[in-house]
Amino acid sequence: MSGFNFATQLIYVLAASCFILGLHLMNNPATARRGNQFSTAGMVIAIATTLALIAHAGVITATGWTVMLVGALIGGGVGLYAARTVQMTAMPQLVSMFNAVGGGAAALVAIHDYIRVAAAVSGVAESTSITTLLDVIIGSVTFSGSIIAAGKLQGTITSAPVSFPGARVVNLVLAALGVAAAGYVLSTPSLAGLWIVVLASLAFGVLMVMPIGGADMPVVISLLNAFTGTAVAMAGFVIGNWALIIAGALVGASGGILTKLMADAMNRSIGNIIVGGFGTGDTAVAVLPGAGAGVRAISADDAGIQLAYASKVIIVPGYGLAAAQAQHEVAELAGVLESHGVDVSYAIHPVAGRMPGHMNVLLAEANVPYPQLKEMDDVNPEFARTDVALVIGANDVTNPAARRPGTAISGMPILDVDQAKSIIVIKRSMGHGYAGIDNELYTNPKTSMYFADAKTALAELTAAVKTLVG
Amino acid sequence: MSTTLLTDLVIFVLSLWVGFEVISKVPATLHTPLMSAANSIHGIVLVGAMLIAATTNSWIGYVIAFVAAVFASANVVGGYVVTGRMLKMFRKRPTAPAQPAAARDGQAS
Repeated sequence: MSGFNFATQLIYVLAASCFILGLHLMNNPATARRGNQFSTAGMVIAIATTLALIAHAGVITATGWTVMLVGALIGGGVGLYAARTVQMTAMPQLVSMFNAVGGGAAALVAIHDYIRVAAAVSGVAESTSITTLLDVIIGSVTFSGSIIAAGKLQGTITSAPVSFPGARVVNLVLAALGVAAAGYVLSTPSLAGLWIVVLASLAFGVLMVMPIGGADMPVVISLLNAFTGTAVAMAGFVIGNWALIIAGALVGASGGILTKLMADAMNRSIGNIIVGGFGTGDTAVAVLPGAGAGVRAISADDAGIQLAYASKVIIVPGYGLAAAQAQHEVAELAGVLESHGVDVSYAIHPVAGRMPGHMNVLLAEANVPYPQLKEMDDVNPEFARTDVALVIGANDVTNPAARRPGTAISGMPILDVDQAKSIIVIKRSMGHGYAGIDNELYTNPKTSMYFADAKTALAELTAAVKTLVG
Repeated sequence: MSTTLLTDLVIFVLSLWVGFEVISKVPATLHTPLMSAANSIHGIVLVGAMLIAATTNSWIGYVIAFVAAVFASANVVGGYVVTGRMLKMFRKRPTAPAQPAAARDGQAS
């Protein structure tokens, strides 16, 4: 290794250290922005080093420079535009698209390397090829899977689980085909074989995500994030670059941790989520004690009175809040209550929303200070001391049926909303949540239902509270 | 198994452990920015895209390099900008007490 190449490898390790430091600083909201700056600096260092390396090697053609710079400008422009204009409610889609392009780029790196090596020598060195093929497979699955996930989140593709008879057989055939083709191209350099691997992986990615329903998206996005990281690490093996290996492993670890946290928060195994959504077979609807009993509806004025004269209120936001874009309205209501001396906090279930931490970002956007956002384990003991729990667009994560065995959500950790002295649920209808079962919270005698769109309801509630507290 | 592959594997495995250790300390409230930050970090694959452009001289190589450069740079730029935008919103105290909403609606309509 020449002195120059040695130096560049060292600088790549420096860049990777910046990534680690950046992630470390994210352990606290107060230092997280500095973390992002460190990480950005690491990226700039890595790219500048690569430019120096390319210029020093001097084999690049004029076309090569043009392709690289024009591509980077177009991609950078699109990324900048998307990042600047995306609404916080649409963040899961954007993250999913970034997973897609990251995985896609990693797969392309390996595809190119395979083509190059296959053209240069008669046989492909085996150790290179295994990582190359892993990169192609994982990258392609991530690419197509993430695009489908983004489409489902955006609503372009139905968010309901989509499956067809024999889907599992088709999946198995595709997996077998991919593995067989991969095994073949390992021993015999064959471009046709490589394209079969690519196509089988792309199809597998589509069929993997299609049967997964909307509320399982936090798990899917996390899993695809882990895939992307792994694909990028494999790309690092392929081109022999430590920065890619380290960065990819960090992302793989991050995605892995989040996947585990999300799956635990639903008390479901990752395999169970991938295989299919709720209600696709054996989950018989549990018969509730008192099912069919009437629920109590409440008017804005009565709900306003309850809230205005409470001393402690906990707001429980769910996906319905994000879907109605009502984060600013809820923050305004909380502000009015707080100025009246009411203690207001928010209870955030780990899988509320469509990606890990989705609710927190929405509420941060609405200027809610993060110390008010409480995690499930911290907030659950507080419900017993709470006068009013205000549930907005959250369903399954508040259902006490999870505490009993024999229901579709048994064993899932829930927010102990039913412990509060009274409960107000803002909901558009008595429709079921993702699990497809009745929510026993709604028939609880302490519960009043406020049937309206979250945005309208919160505006009416705020007006009602304002007239009371003047 | 070659020494290079072995070295690479050691780096990969140790980095995974560092990742688990560092990331398990990130609070749930920052999970979305964390994922977005991880997203921007895997944009490092841009280095791979650049090296393709630097070594190839076939049209298929150029096409692959171009698409990979577009993908990876969208990933890098978009990832960092959106992470920064999100993190800027996390505050310990409300900036304007009693009037928390309204102001920032510009981009969200």
